[in-house]
Amino acid sequence: MSEGSHQRVALVTGGSRGLGRAMAIRLAGAGHRLVVNYASNADAAEKVVAGIEEKGGEAIAVQADVSQGEQVERLFEEAGERLGPVAVLVNNAGVTRDRLLLRMSAADFDHVIDTNLKSTFLCTKAALRGMLRAKWGRVISIASVAGLVGNAGQANYGASKAGMIGFSKSVAKEVGSRGITVNVVAPGFVATDLTADLVDKAKEVAEGRISLGRFGTPEEIAAVVAFLASDEAAYMTGQVISVDGGLAL
Amino acid sequence: MDRSEVAERLESVLVTELGLDEDKIQEEAHFEEDLDVDSLGVVELLMALEDEFDVKIPDEEAESIMTVGQAIDLVHKKLGG
Repeated sequence: MSEGSHQRVALVTGGSRGLGRAMAIRLAGAGHRLVVNYASNADAAEKVVAGIEEKGGEAIAVQADVSQGEQVERLFEEAGERLGPVAVLVNNAGVTRDRLLLRMSAADFDHVIDTNLKSTFLCTKAALRGMLRAKWGRVISIASVAGLVGNAGQANYGASKAGMIGFSKSVAKEVGSRGITVNVVAPGFVATDLTADLVDKAKEVAEGRISLGRFGTPEEIAAVVAFLASDEAAYMTGQVISVDGGLAL
Repeated sequence: MDRSEVAERLESVLVTELGLDEDKIQEEAHFEEDLDVDSLGVVELLMALEDEFDVKIPDEEAESIMTVGQAIDLVHKKLGG
C-alpha cells in the first residue's frame, strides 16, 4: 500500500458501480481510506468494500441519496465518525434521462439536475468544512464531454455537467488560498453499464468519432482522478480534464 | 458563561487559530475592514468558534457577523446568555 496519500479519507459518491467503483478501488490502492456512497445498490457497494479490504485497504459503504440535503449531512457525519474528515471528495453520482427536449418533462430535467448538479453543491459544501480546517483538500467532479460540446437528447444531462464545470471553477477561486483544489474530469464514452445498452450500430458510429478508435475503460478515468487527488497535482485547480480518447477535438 | 468570559476565549481563538494581531482586536473592529480577514476567513473564524464553544451557527446568522463584538454577542446568546 502506498504511503503517498497518508491514509487520507476519500469519499466517492455513486461509488458502487461503473466509474465510481473503479475510482474507489484506485484511490484505495493509492492508500486512501474509502467511503463508498451508494443510493440503492447495497450489495454492489459491499462488494466494492470487500474488494478493497481483501487488498488490505480500509473502506465503508454508506447509503445516501446525495441530492437530498439531510442525507448528505448524515453521510458526512457518518464518514467523519467512522473514518475521519473527508480530504478527497469525488462527485461522481449521476443519472441520465435522455429525451429530445421537445419530449422532456420538467420532472426529467429536475431529476437529472438534482442528482448530478445539486448533489455536487451539497457534497462539496459539506466537505469543505473539514478541508478548510485541514488546509488541504481535493474536490474532483465527474462531468462529461456532453457538458462541453453538447449531445442531442441530453439537454438536461448536458446542462447538469456544464453546471458542474462552472460551479467547480467558482469554488476553485473561493478556496484556492487554503490549499484546496477543485477540478473536473470530463470522460467521453466509457465501457460501463450505461453504455452497454448501446446497440452495436450506435457503438460503431461512436467509435468512429473517437480519435483513439475505442471506448475508454473505467480504470483510465480513475487514473486521472487518482492523480488529481494526489499531492503531485497541487498546482492544478479550476481545470477540466477531458479523458475522452480525443472525442471532443 | 458570562459575556466577558466569552469575549476572552473568543479573542484568544482569533489570535491562536487565525493569527490575528492581538493589539488590533477590539469589540468595534470590523473583521474585513480593520483586521484584514477575507470573507472566507470570516467563515473559518465562525467554524473555529463552533468548535471552541460547541455551538452551531447557521449560515443565515453567520452572514450578519461583521465585527468582533457581534461575534461575541452571537456566541453569548447561543450559550443561553
